[in-house]
Amino acid sequence: MSKTTDQPDQDRRAFIGKAAGALAAATLAPGVFLHVTADAAYRQEPVTSKVRWGMLIDTQRCANGCTACVDACNHENGMDLLVKPEGLSDDMWDQQIPRWIRKVKVQDRATGVAANLPMLCQHCEYPPCVDVCPTGASFRRADGIVMVDRHTCIGCRYCMMACPYKARSFIHEVVEHKPTIAPRGRGCVESCNFCVQRRDSGGTTTACQDACDREGHKAIVFGDLNDPASDLWQALRKHPSRQIRADLRLNTGVRYSGV
Amino acid sequence: MKKTYFSEWRIESPRYWSILALLAAVVAIGGLAALYMEHEGHWVTGMTNQVVWGTPHVFAIFLIVAASGALNVASIGSVFEKKIYKPLAPLSGLLAIALLVGGLLVLVLDLGRPERLIVAMTTYNFKSIFAWNIFLYTGFMAIVAVYLWLMMEHKMNPYSKPAGLLAFVWRLALTTGTGSIFGFLVARDAYDTALLAPMFIIMSFSYGLAIYLLVLLFTFNLEGRPLGEAVVRRLKNLLGVFVAAVLFFTLIYHLTYLYMTGKHELEAFVLLHGGIYTQVFWVGEVLIGGLLPLAILYHPALGRERGWIAGACAAVIIGGFSKLYVIVIGGQAFPIQMFPGMKVLESGFYDGLVAPYAPSLPEVLLGLGGIGVALAATLVGIRVLRFLPQSLADEVVDPQAA
Repeated sequence: MSKTTDQPDQDRRAFIGKAAGALAAATLAPGVFLHVTADAAYRQEPVTSKVRWGMLIDTQRCANGCTACVDACNHENGMDLLVKPEGLSDDMWDQQIPRWIRKVKVQDRATGVAANLPMLCQHCEYPPCVDVCPTGASFRRADGIVMVDRHTCIGCRYCMMACPYKARSFIHEVVEHKPTIAPRGRGCVESCNFCVQRRDSGGTTTACQDACDREGHKAIVFGDLNDPASDLWQALRKHPSRQIRADLRLNTGVRYSGV
Repeated sequence: MKKTYFSEWRIESPRYWSILALLAAVVAIGGLAALYMEHEGHWVTGMTNQVVWGTPHVFAIFLIVAASGALNVASIGSVFEKKIYKPLAPLSGLLAIALLVGGLLVLVLDLGRPERLIVAMTTYNFKSIFAWNIFLYTGFMAIVAVYLWLMMEHKMNPYSKPAGLLAFVWRLALTTGTGSIFGFLVARDAYDTALLAPMFIIMSFSYGLAIYLLVLLFTFNLEGRPLGEAVVRRLKNLLGVFVAAVLFFTLIYHLTYLYMTGKHELEAFVLLHGGIYTQVFWVGEVLIGGLLPLAILYHPALGRERGWIAGACAAVIIGGFSKLYVIVIGGQAFPIQMFPGMKVLESGFYDGLVAPYAPSLPEVLLGLGGIGVALAATLVGIRVLRFLPQSLADEVVDPQAA
């Protein structure tokens, strides 16, 4: 041993300290800068439960044969960018492609009255998909939006088994093109998230609602279930509405009138 | 009862290596199938956004359920002090671990993102039965491993009874957890019942014992180890009781649903016009998996013949796969009743219609690979360690016969 003192080597300590600092800066800086530049318009504070996003769909205003809401959702969230894998039949592709919203036309067996129901994630207060998810990837935000954390989803599809509304989709194929606002990859589950990117950047509508309004049907009212001043609250007060599978007591955020 | 000696499985090397090579090929093909599915994505399977759990789940759940059942033989010896079962215990523990490993492999390799298994092991939602099961499965393997050690290390024998009791309680919890994966699902008509947990337990008794008996007959026969009537008679009679119990639970499940008006459509689907599911139910589950083995096992002449007993075990296993196919796939194929009192006129996603599903080759190969892993692990285990009693001849095991 050539060491002549029992004091620690101060130069070495200083070097390690600086090196660690530089490493930390190199690791964190890109994230910090990315955050500052890209998220400038985005919400900076956490969401709270003062807001609960919800929707009222007037099934009698929803028009026969119109698919504007479905098309708009597919475009906004990049489903129209997906390419059918070579060798896959049209039939299977149709059953495997993600659908965040779909149209269902039902008829009351007793009265014969028909109604059009755009079906999407119902954003339950007590979502079965969140209960069963082993990793917590399926989660409910404080503002009522039920969505999937794509970083912790392991693709077990248990949430799809648990959802009473067939609202969730599994990505069966390799994804080449995806929009920045709705990144997706093979092997994860996804569903309607009330256009969460709009919620977090100050938007007041969803893509499906905009499309329905553009068509002049105005069947979809989106808003804050907790805000008496919101259009949604007013519409809910005016029209009797119901939840799909209300017997399950999930307290859905999406309500339907005229059915 | 004489002292039991255990020894390694000593069939001739070429024969042993041929069997192992065959199993290794099955495992390798299963591995390649998994690799193919993971590389391409699940579009190459028969699974869709309607039938989200396919054939791999049928295999995986069968193996997991059978794993806990295979341990019963050891439990009867340790916990219930039936002396004739004690020499049978080490193989029972080994099979339990091997079957569970095989089943879990299939389950994990069918995940959309199997490389994220580490996420599943580190990030938990404790309200999820899946999350509980991760602990139940890993805990089961650890407990049974310790239990095996306590049984096989002579000095530690006195401690094997409490370990056996713990393993027995744990295995009941494990199968309850597996049944509850379906039992706690409110969304689908075929599930959503607490009956599934006890039914899965009795299914595990039956499938696990059928596999155990087959492996016992196979290994002893191939090596020419003495295997007396006393052991075989007890095990096959017990299997008969379990098969009858599974039939009883199946009857109660369907009677319950037949009584509930709201479930009539589901029952009509399974029992009458569900196509492949109706056929698999009546032919696979009830006839081959239930009535046929019962008839063989309790037949005065056939029930004494080893070949017929092995055939009955195979029938129970076919019945097990059939039952799980009807539960897992049939339960998803039957349309979710989203709009009670309404008729679905049009739908953008097949609402109100039976969902089609056909198993694809890679799915089946992955499942068979899981079985291959379980059997290969068992055969390696008995070859290198002393799991098998040197003799199960009547005069060795049965106090009355001695």
